[in-house]
Amino acid sequence: MIHLQNVSKLYRAERIETLALQRINLQVSEGETVSIMGPSGCGKSTLLHIMGLLDEPSEGHVELDGRPVKRYADRDLARVRNEKVGFIFQSFHLIPDLKVVDNVEIPLLYRRMPHGERRSMALAALERVGLTSRAHHFPAQLSGGQQQRVAIARAIVGRPRLLLADEPTGNLDSQTGDEIIGILMGLNSGEGTTVVMVTHDLRLAERTGRVVRLFDGRQVQ
Amino acid sequence: MLANYLKIAWKVLQRQKFYTFISLFGISLTLLILLVATAMFDSIYGPQPPEVHSDRTLHLETLAMRGPKDVIFPGGPGYLFLDHFIRPMAAMPEVEGVAVIGGQETAASYAGGQKALSTLRRTDGELWRILEFDFLEGRPFTVEEDRQGRFVAVINEATRQRVFGRGPAVGRTFEIGGQTFRVVGVVRNVSSLRETSFADVWVPISTIKSDVYKRELVGGFQALLLARSRSDFPAIRAELDRRLRQAKSHLPSYFDRLEGGADTLFESTSRYLPPGGDPYERSRPGLLRAALFLSMLLFMLLPAINLVNINLSRILERSSEIGVRKAFGASSRALVGQFVVENLMLTLVGGAIGLALAAAVLHGLNASGLISYSQLSVNVRVFVYGLGIAVLFGLLSGVYPAWKMSRLHPAEALRGRSR
Repeated sequence: MIHLQNVSKLYRAERIETLALQRINLQVSEGETVSIMGPSGCGKSTLLHIMGLLDEPSEGHVELDGRPVKRYADRDLARVRNEKVGFIFQSFHLIPDLKVVDNVEIPLLYRRMPHGERRSMALAALERVGLTSRAHHFPAQLSGGQQQRVAIARAIVGRPRLLLADEPTGNLDSQTGDEIIGILMGLNSGEGTTVVMVTHDLRLAERTGRVVRLFDGRQVQ
Repeated sequence: MLANYLKIAWKVLQRQKFYTFISLFGISLTLLILLVATAMFDSIYGPQPPEVHSDRTLHLETLAMRGPKDVIFPGGPGYLFLDHFIRPMAAMPEVEGVAVIGGQETAASYAGGQKALSTLRRTDGELWRILEFDFLEGRPFTVEEDRQGRFVAVINEATRQRVFGRGPAVGRTFEIGGQTFRVVGVVRNVSSLRETSFADVWVPISTIKSDVYKRELVGGFQALLLARSRSDFPAIRAELDRRLRQAKSHLPSYFDRLEGGADTLFESTSRYLPPGGDPYERSRPGLLRAALFLSMLLFMLLPAINLVNINLSRILERSSEIGVRKAFGASSRALVGQFVVENLMLTLVGGAIGLALAAAVLHGLNASGLISYSQLSVNVRVFVYGLGIAVLFGLLSGVYPAWKMSRLHPAEALRGRSR
């Protein structure tokens, strides 16, 4: 599904250059669950962003469903992100001014779809994460675990085939973290969604089919 | 999608109170000034009563006798010139009417032992056919009454109130400029901004005490030529040029030509551009239009640049939202659309406040008496200008920051950094 060949990423500040990723080769197949592990600052999130077309590599080649990402124009990239990829972030990134259900609707706003259909799909996604009763609350009125569930509902509402989660349990207690991972694994086993997850937690990583380890921007396993 | 944008725009405006205040203040103040200026412009140049046909009326008000070596006798058209050469143009198929009006004179009138200064104008009977005054009582004086030198007058309602109190004025006499006139009609007040139609009292030209004016080529009169349509202007102007050449035979010996032209009101103002130029040579409406447009643009540009900066920092605070929207499929175009909608909403709110303020200021101006009989108002025309200006403002100050922010890479936006 995703194929990374010799991918490197260099960040340039005013005088400092940081090599965040060095010649990463990685293939993730349809239906796989993959964990990316490594110490802080080793490039895990950068790798995830490149896989999800949120960032572009400084060097190397990225293919999604056999098509080189470089060939996509802005509008095509937007469409691919919208249809194929769902993101879950460590700090949730919910929009505080919108109600839960409006937050979940965001990916559907960029599809031509009547409002009623959007609303019912958003409510169905919230039902799957057990948050129907909170649909009309604002994010600030929810606990961390509930906010992450909203973020998952937002990520899956458009039925993407690839879920990318950046430390989805990083800000949660272990019990809530387990519940969140349970939901992600359920999506994989139930619908065949490919899940790639960045985590520090070995216990959670062991629940995925494969672990990719990074150290100082290099792939060590 | 629009409902979602508006919902979030409203929330953001409420949340970022300081930015909202600064933005609204800038927009509404700028719009207030522009709206007051356009109301003034409309009141001077717009087709308002009694000048309802201003779009097809030509004003002949600049005329100079010229001779060799820059010898010039400047002024307006004299009665001789207008009577001999311009009045006959009424026979042209393109011309619906020709009126001759004198300049504004300040004359003393007495009522109840009190002296008051009024604006007096001498005109012929044709004026009332070209301009549509609103008669509150009586009638206009006629061409025949002018010809016969009758001491009849049309007064405005303010003069009626001052001289005759509450009762009707038609048939009663009053003294102005040392002459006694019988009132034949009373018209609604006309704003002093209407250069052509403003006066307190109108009397026939033939009541001028001396006959000297009848022998002047250049003097203090003007003519109004009402064309059947604007498309007749070139034919009328060509005929006027021919008549200017014809009038050469009446010139004193040290002059060899007459210069002047018939303009719309706007064109006639443009003769005085650029400052220090020669107003008798020709009108420059393009230059005046460009100058007005440029000053409006400059006037709007400064607050717009300010708003661009405010918007940039306002939007920058929302880089995480931009990142999320991009991550979930928003194209740069969709984001520009969103921020432009937000900005237009802000601008329209500012526009509404500006409109309300402008209405209050114009009302205050009318009530203050600074401009005699002014009827400045935020009319439909001015409202449309205002709305157009507000939208232009919204686009000017919204598109650039929106475009810049939409170019953010989603990963960078999520980290809260601009590129």
